[in-house]
Amino acid sequence: MATTTETTTGRGSRNVLEIEGLSVAYRTEEGDIFPVRDVSLTIGKGESFGLVGESGSGKSTLAMGAIRYLPANGRVTAGRVLLSGRDLLSLSGKEMRSVWGSRVAVVYQSPGNALNPSIRTGNQIAEVARIHLGMSKQEAHQRMLEMLEKVKMPDPESVARRYPHQLSGGMLQRCVVAQAMVTNPELLILDEPTTALDVTTQAVVLDLVAELKQEFDSAILYITHDLGVVARVCDRVGVMYAGEFMEQGAIRHLFKRPLHPYTLNLLGCVPHFSLGPRRKTLNTIPGFIPRLDELPEGCIFAPRCSLAEPECRVAQPPLVRAGEDHLTACRRWPVVPTPAEHMDTITADLMQARGEAENRLLEARDVKKYYPVPAQGPFRKDKRKVKSVDGMTIWIDEGRTLGLVGESGSGKTTMARTIIGLVEPTEGTISLRGEVLGPTTRSRTRDVLRRIQMVFQNPDASLNPRQTVGQSIGRPLALFGTPRGEIPGRVLELLEAVHLSPSYYRRLPSELSGGEKQRVAIARAFAAEPDLILCDEPIASLDVSVQGSLMNLLTTLQAEKGTSYLFISHDLSAVQHLSDWVCVAYLGCAMEWGDAGDVLNPPYHPYTEALLSAIPIPDPDVIQKNIRLEGSVPSAVDIPPGCRFHTRCPRFIGDICVEEEPPWREGEGDHWIYCHHTFETLVEMQKETLRLADHDHGSPGVEVQV
Amino acid sequence: MLSFIVRRLGFMVLTLILASLLIFAATQILPGDVATMVLGRFATEQALDNFRGEMGLNRSLVVQYGDWLFSFVQGDWGESLSTRADVRDLVLERLRNSAMLALVAFVMYVPLGIVLGVVAAIRRNSWVDHVISVGSLAFIGLPEFVTGLLLIAVFALRLDWFPSSSAIPPDAAFFDRHTLERLVLPALTISLVSLAYIARMTRSSTVEVLGMDYVRTAYLKGLSRSRVIGRHVLRNALLPTVTVVAIGIGWLIGGLIVTESLFGFPGIGRLLLFGIQRRDLPLIQATTMVIVVIFTMANLLADILYGYLNPRIRFR
Ligand SMILES: Nc1ncnc2c1ncn2[C@@H]1O[C@H](COP(=O)(O)OP(=O)(O)OP(=O)(O)O)[C@@H](O)[C@H]1O
Ligand code: SF4
Ligand code: SF4
Ligand SMILES: [Mg+2]
Repeated sequence: MATTTETTTGRGSRNVLEIEGLSVAYRTEEGDIFPVRDVSLTIGKGESFGLVGESGSGKSTLAMGAIRYLPANGRVTAGRVLLSGRDLLSLSGKEMRSVWGSRVAVVYQSPGNALNPSIRTGNQIAEVARIHLGMSKQEAHQRMLEMLEKVKMPDPESVARRYPHQLSGGMLQRCVVAQAMVTNPELLILDEPTTALDVTTQAVVLDLVAELKQEFDSAILYITHDLGVVARVCDRVGVMYAGEFMEQGAIRHLFKRPLHPYTLNLLGCVPHFSLGPRRKTLNTIPGFIPRLDELPEGCIFAPRCSLAEPECRVAQPPLVRAGEDHLTACRRWPVVPTPAEHMDTITADLMQARGEAENRLLEARDVKKYYPVPAQGPFRKDKRKVKSVDGMTIWIDEGRTLGLVGESGSGKTTMARTIIGLVEPTEGTISLRGEVLGPTTRSRTRDVLRRIQMVFQNPDASLNPRQTVGQSIGRPLALFGTPRGEIPGRVLELLEAVHLSPSYYRRLPSELSGGEKQRVAIARAFAAEPDLILCDEPIASLDVSVQGSLMNLLTTLQAEKGTSYLFISHDLSAVQHLSDWVCVAYLGCAMEWGDAGDVLNPPYHPYTEALLSAIPIPDPDVIQKNIRLEGSVPSAVDIPPGCRFHTRCPRFIGDICVEEEPPWREGEGDHWIYCHHTFETLVEMQKETLRLADHDHGSPGVEVQV
Repeated sequence: MLSFIVRRLGFMVLTLILASLLIFAATQILPGDVATMVLGRFATEQALDNFRGEMGLNRSLVVQYGDWLFSFVQGDWGESLSTRADVRDLVLERLRNSAMLALVAFVMYVPLGIVLGVVAAIRRNSWVDHVISVGSLAFIGLPEFVTGLLLIAVFALRLDWFPSSSAIPPDAAFFDRHTLERLVLPALTISLVSLAYIARMTRSSTVEVLGMDYVRTAYLKGLSRSRVIGRHVLRNALLPTVTVVAIGIGWLIGGLIVTESLFGFPGIGRLLLFGIQRRDLPLIQATTMVIVVIFTMANLLADILYGYLNPRIRFR
């Protein structure tokens, strides 16, 4: 490794970060693995570079290797890293410490853990100023307050005095960003900074990142698996796959005309508002990311690539220039189809066969679930209630899907648990095909239990780690009366239905990936041949390509078996892709609901509008409204009076919203909105905002959307 | 914070009342008749009756309990049945001795345990860690009388650094060489188990904290290793240790009884043993009550300290 300190200063002075041929190794029990191999990238001043790729593709390893903060078993084996011309790999440990926190700052995924729980947030931020800027206590305090103001923290003085657990996720992430920016670092690394946040909070943090970029002129390395986020905050992007770059370039080029099959495939996995009619299949990528100890010869994507030809497997194709600021590692890039051509080949309309059958399957009327507030100690009783669900009515037709969306804390999961009988409703009734069901599983017949099944967000919690896949799926079969001899055969059928080979029969959950576990959970739900499956965020924690294939799976199974779904998610694009009807919930209460087409087209309820505007869309040309919800969902103990959304509503009218509960307004078709505004005024206002956003955007010939 | 302390104090009073009931009940069901024990097997019925009347042993249990508790709170702990000495003087004098012994042990094992635990965590999987882990496991397994005998064998009999008996006069002055050197071996004996527990607990909580994101953040802020450990790690890692230290005070008292007898040290543990052998009810009751009070106070202290160190509890 040639280590020349400072010699290159001046040459690439506009490049803040230059990584050349970086390789990183981890020592493992089976020998060294190389999660990052011969990777290069540059980031200029004031530029933000998005690093995308599925889990395990080596994004974090690349970033941490570049700034020399690898786990104990990791090491850089080759390459050069220049920070403003200075070779980082040749610095001593002490010199490196003066780089960390002053010239390079890092922000991580979970804001809750990134700050020390037992030190006041203000002191933690000020600490950086004291160490790196040599400030006195007072000066550092002043600087800290300044930074909190820069990140638009409401009431910085009081926030500074609080401990991390007293702040919400969004506020914490702002503190972490403020801490990172104290020294005005040259390079800011953001590693999935919004993954753990609600869409609405994520939107606010993304805006903040965009503003900071303008103000501080730092170079930003933004790591994420969400292509939409990249489109919103980055100038350039690199797509990583199993430790190598597949494609790199300006976001506009890359999203409009991807020149690598992997990028094309990734984009196709994401349900997109502009995809047109609902219920098309999404793209999936066959196979899996290769293991690092058995990488294929030649192009590492070849085993999963539909364009692969024998020559692809001979030698590893280098990154070649395929246009201005556009590099691709595909040797067949001139024949990579355009996204439109690609869509035509993969989408099949699954819903053609569906008739008008409109039998009501499930009806949940005026459901309320109140929990007592946990006592504050043995001598203090709290008589107030946590109103998790506060009067919600929904229904689902046979063979159809109802999507239930809302931020965390809107009561979605409680609603599902009430329907299946895991929690007893405080008020309200649940009926299935007109028959009123008992409030808890114990008061329901076995047949009713069979007819409603649930798939949870975290498959680890619902699969018994000591039972094989076959046993897990076989249990409901035995329970609901399948003869013993037929069980193995049925299990194999179900495995096939969820696209798992028979070899999975004897595997334990620990031998499965997240997506495979979720498939098993889905197979188990279908084993009971239910009428209704409640899916509680079933895909939230998975990679985009896996999400895509699970969504396809759910749609095909529905088309085959006529099962109804309640699909719970905070991801409106997934919901619009899967649902026939949509219900938007806030603080335990529906705000808008109706036919999916109507709900997701103007006019929207002000809350739906804000949710839609918060979703990052993987298309840099889409214009979105700039509507942001400040603060977080209020506590379900003190629900605001009048319209419960009034504390955050961007379309707030005045006293009437605070004093009176809004009416349910019925629109054309099947569409209801719970608001004091009429449909007409909502349409007017929403058009106007879009016009303004369009104006601000200022680029010609753009598709206007959402 | 204040309401937190007040609540904990309320709890403590409840605990004490409950404990006093238990102690009283337990002394009632001890086998044997007190009067016979005291006056001997050949005492006449008349003498036994007189004795019972004099001591109030004929009254109903409820009255006896109330009377006992009331006098105890007032500081009148009664007269020892076997020595006829004032129980309070006796207990307090021995308590002073035990406290001294415990203090010597405490200043030895708490800091040492923490240091060993933190070092093992920072150097985890190195030979230092292995030595500390295996050593502490061994000591947790050994009962006090074994470690005590071992220490006597090595340091008293073989090396002759310290005397093997710690039988000092009950009213000995402490800060002189003669007494202190007799305290070392018993203090070491009761320390080892707690030392091992503290080291293990500190190690595991430090390892956990070292893996937290905020430690990574602290390093990447450019803080030096000593500052990261001192400011960001220890405060969080020592939280569980505080509890172990408080619970350790309980073991300490348990250890005192065995260790004091082994070394012939005139402390409260030996006094309790003496009382039990003689069926000396007032003595047993007073000694156990004092032990319970100390124990609950230690727990209260741990709670307050824990609350102070952990803002999540403080602001509940
Ligand atoms: N300390 C380690 N020892 C051995 N292997 C590791 C270690 N850390 C990560 N790996 C492996 O290196 C590869 C790259 O991991 P890395 O965390 O960089 O991926 P990533 O793209 O950041 O993924 P994610 O999106 O899940 O954060 C993975 O195969 C991972 O299992
Ligand atoms: S080089 Fe060949 S295998 Fe690799 S992505 Fe291009 S076409 Fe597919
Ligand atoms: S009723 Fe008022 S506060 Fe509620 S959503 Fe409508 S405008 Fe907003
Ligand atoms: Mg990562």
